[in-house]
This record gives sequence, C-alpha cells and structure tokens, in this order.
Amino acid sequence: MRLEFFQMLDRVERIDHGSQAIVAHADVPDSSPVFTGHFPGHALMPGVLLLETMAQASGYLLLALDGFSRMPFFASAKEANFRSFVVPGTHLRIEASRIHQGSGYSVTQAKILRDETTVCDAQMMFRTVSFPVPALAAHVQNEGKRLGLLPQG
Amino acid sequence: MDSTFETVAEIIASTSDVPIENIKPESHIMKDLGVDSLAFLDIGFEIDQRFSIRMPIEDWMQEVNQGDADSAEYFVVGKLCGRIDDLIANRATVVAAQ
Repeated sequence: MRLEFFQMLDRVERIDHGSQAIVAHADVPDSSPVFTGHFPGHALMPGVLLLETMAQASGYLLLALDGFSRMPFFASAKEANFRSFVVPGTHLRIEASRIHQGSGYSVTQAKILRDETTVCDAQMMFRTVSFPVPALAAHVQNEGKRLGLLPQG
Repeated sequence: MDSTFETVAEIIASTSDVPIENIKPESHIMKDLGVDSLAFLDIGFEIDQRFSIRMPIEDWMQEVNQGDADSAEYFVVGKLCGRIDDLIANRATVVAAQ
C-alpha cells in the first residue's frame, strides 16, 4: 500500500471470471504521514481508506471482467461495517464479487480480512462509463499490469 | 400478488425520501418526485433484483440525451411499469423458448 498515492492494492492473487470474484492482498505500511493525524500515539488505518481499498478491489474486478473497456466510478456504499481496528504493519486480504450487473452500473460485495477475521465489509455500487480522458485509461491499464491483471509490455 | 405499480412505488419510497402516497402512475420520477441520478441507480438495482430483469437504463438515457425520446417515455412511473412488464414478458418468452 502507498497510502499517499491512493495505491491500496499490492497484488491480485486471482480473478475468477466464472464466479466474478477477486482476491487481492495489501500490506498496511509501518509508517505513513496518514498515521501522524490518525491518531497521535494510536496509529490506526482510517476507515475511509479501508473503504477505498474495498472499492479498488471491486473496481479492478469490474475492469477485468469488462476487459478494461469501461471505468467504474464508486457511487455508493451500503451497510459499510468496520468491525475491528487495523494497525500499521497488518497484512490484509481483500475479497470482492460482483453480485449484480446492471445497465451502466454494477454492484459488488466486498470485505477485508486479517488472517481469517473480517475487519470490514460493504456492498458497493459503481457507475461504469466510458473513460473520460485517455490518461485515466492509461493509468488503470498500468495499474492492471502492475497487479498482474494485464500482460506486461 | 402486488401489481407492478405497487411494487415500484414501494421501491421508490423505500430508496428515496418520497412518501408513497405521493407516487402516482403519472409522476415523473425525476421531475415530480425529485429523485436524483444516484437514487435512481438504487431504484434500478432494486427493480432489477425484484423482477429478475435488467432494465436498459443506459440505452434509455442515451435516447433522452440525444433528443430521440422524451424522458417521460421512460421515467414516468406508469410508463416505466409498462416497460418492466414488457421486460418480464420478454424474459418469460426467452425462458420458454429455451
């Protein structure tokens, strides 16, 4: 994870096109300016960044399922639960699956686990639209390559 | 069994701040009921799930944005219910043909 760059996923373990699911991994850094303010003397991974981590796993799942042809923009989260604290240095496993493909939108169910314990979960909705600018398409494709979702080169 | 209108009105009321008694067949979902685009996604998701259909919202919006159709054709509650009934009937036809 590079929190300051909103790069929340370190690697993708697998994508299953049949069940429309992704498993990804991320390591919370030992130190980050984020922890300076959240919180002094009691560093915790902010819930909004855990939500972003689930959104990115869901987003790359949708990108992969749609052949990186449409950009998923995070639109809403339903029943987001933060069940326990996440501290610096924690290894996280992120799981997400598409539960509905609508017309111009998709809905996922996502969760983050520490060991076998769910630390947060949410149902998330994404608008899926054409890439508004080429730079964004290039960025997600580069990230897709870094995560092993697209071939290098 | 609830009619399509009763189910759709219940979905709109439960996913927005619109009192169910204000929802009429002639109500325009956006213009009369004040539903915004994000709330309409929630409504669309619930309708898709409840009726096991996939409303072609993108195609409808494209027709409206291009001036090929009036938004009332798709987003007045009564007309939306008619389109849902058509999608259900079409789904049943497809299933029967398989």
